[in-house]
Amino acid sequence: MTNPSFDVNKIRKDFPVLHQEINGRPLVYLDNAATSQKPQCVIDALVGYYTTENANVHRGVHTLSQRATDDYEAARSKVRRFINAAHDHELIYVRGATEGINLVAQTFGRANVGPGDEVIISAMEHHSNIVPWQVLCQEKGAHLRVIPINDAGELLLDQYEQLLSPRTKLVSIVHQSNALGTINPMTAIIELAHSKGVPVLVDGAQSVPHMTIDVQKMGCDFFVFSGHKLFGPTGIGVVYGRAELLEAMPPYQTGGEMIRSVTFEETLYNVLPHKFEAGTPNIAGSIGLGAAIDYIDALGMDRINAYEKELLDYGSDALSRIEGLKIIGTAKEKAGILSFILGDVHPHDIGTILDSQGIAIRTGHHCAQPVMDRFGIPATARASLAFYNTKAEIDTLVEGIDQVLEVFS
Amino acid sequence: MSDLSDLYQEILLEHNNKPRNFRKLDDATVYCEGYNPLCGDRYTLYLKLDEGVISDTGFQGAGCAISKASASMLTQRVKGMSVAEAEVLFDHFHRMLTQPGAPIDADFLDDLETLSGVADYPTRIKCAILIWHALHSALTGSDDAVTTE
Repeated sequence: MTNPSFDVNKIRKDFPVLHQEINGRPLVYLDNAATSQKPQCVIDALVGYYTTENANVHRGVHTLSQRATDDYEAARSKVRRFINAAHDHELIYVRGATEGINLVAQTFGRANVGPGDEVIISAMEHHSNIVPWQVLCQEKGAHLRVIPINDAGELLLDQYEQLLSPRTKLVSIVHQSNALGTINPMTAIIELAHSKGVPVLVDGAQSVPHMTIDVQKMGCDFFVFSGHKLFGPTGIGVVYGRAELLEAMPPYQTGGEMIRSVTFEETLYNVLPHKFEAGTPNIAGSIGLGAAIDYIDALGMDRINAYEKELLDYGSDALSRIEGLKIIGTAKEKAGILSFILGDVHPHDIGTILDSQGIAIRTGHHCAQPVMDRFGIPATARASLAFYNTKAEIDTLVEGIDQVLEVFS
Repeated sequence: MSDLSDLYQEILLEHNNKPRNFRKLDDATVYCEGYNPLCGDRYTLYLKLDEGVISDTGFQGAGCAISKASASMLTQRVKGMSVAEAEVLFDHFHRMLTQPGAPIDADFLDDLETLSGVADYPTRIKCAILIWHALHSALTGSDDAVTTE
């Protein structure tokens, strides 16, 4: 390893799930873009919460409730530091990035998008950043505009500039494509939108595990991500929104927690962020997410980023040398994703044959059917990386693909 | 999991490489589309029915080796069968994949028994069975496209 300060073998010991055999072979987990594995400290945080602390938050005067509330809110502060938001109350807990986008569509979107208005997305969006806007546009008589991409899987920024119009009410763009790995130039995209007074939502589901996020420096108005792709539990995610936007937005769901006072005549809503957190939240999930952030902070995102870049370069090079293999998504700026097709062999068959050798990858359209249509393919095979993956695992993947070719020779 | 060679048998790979009746049937009397949203397999099955007999078959579309081989073998096997016989074959094939251990009529299934190994791969059963649902739907007169979800 040319990065001696990053001891991947030591790090792997923190992830119990990695140490097992699948179909008689050591597990090679290369499906991190779907969900990441959890370090022991995250698992311990969940067990610890339920073992010693379980109580409802923001409710009771009793000690346990206070402890649960303190930890729930401490995790929010960890998220704030992690993405460098200005205030804790700009962070709303949700189930994941999908719910985060739906929250913004149902609140900001319904309040601000009207007949004839436009919402801009891109051709490389996950379905979760297409459908909420499509539904909103249908409901409001608005139009969805799509920034095209080139053959490498990069956004065509000049076309984006032309799409921005006085009718544009929101730009919602993925930071890193789940199907291609492309990292989009968010600062440039946001500056252009802001020059026309248009706010921008950034879907950070894929980018958050791979790079340092600074929402203030980036300048985005909304940023959403999922805990489970960040080595945290499933069912917890975050919406960051600039306070002034969140203040002006109507609530998302209604019920307990999000109110200040209720009579049968009138309800006054609670302050941020509680206004957007109706009902008992995923307390354990937030605490687990906080533990995941502590873990990543201890490793250091810069070191993670440098190691993963080395791994991606190694993987790209190794896969490119396989005859008949074509990598889909060759943007200059990309991270974590090796999406490919292999001659006439369908990705589903690749997935089954690799699985028989203990190698877990994703096959299919990756919830990004328009991306597949753009490249004229029904599906790809996708190996996606995390910092606990090794070059030896890439070598095993290459051997696995050789086996696929042998079966179909 | 059983050995890979039980799944990707020679005959299956051969049908994948050279699918039989892989064409649109212009004089089809019924057709049905089958779609697996999980992996994107998508086929259209065409049947020509003459007085209760399947006189000609064809299929078009794209998908994995298992779905394509299954479709190819289906079109070959049901050609010349009565609608009633084809429905019985559908039942046998369905049982072979979804009820492991259930008695099957190997003689009746003939080459189709090659696909029995798929039963050991739960995520792939839908691939093998997709075109059979399209057959069932076409024969029972349902106008709806079938999906595996």
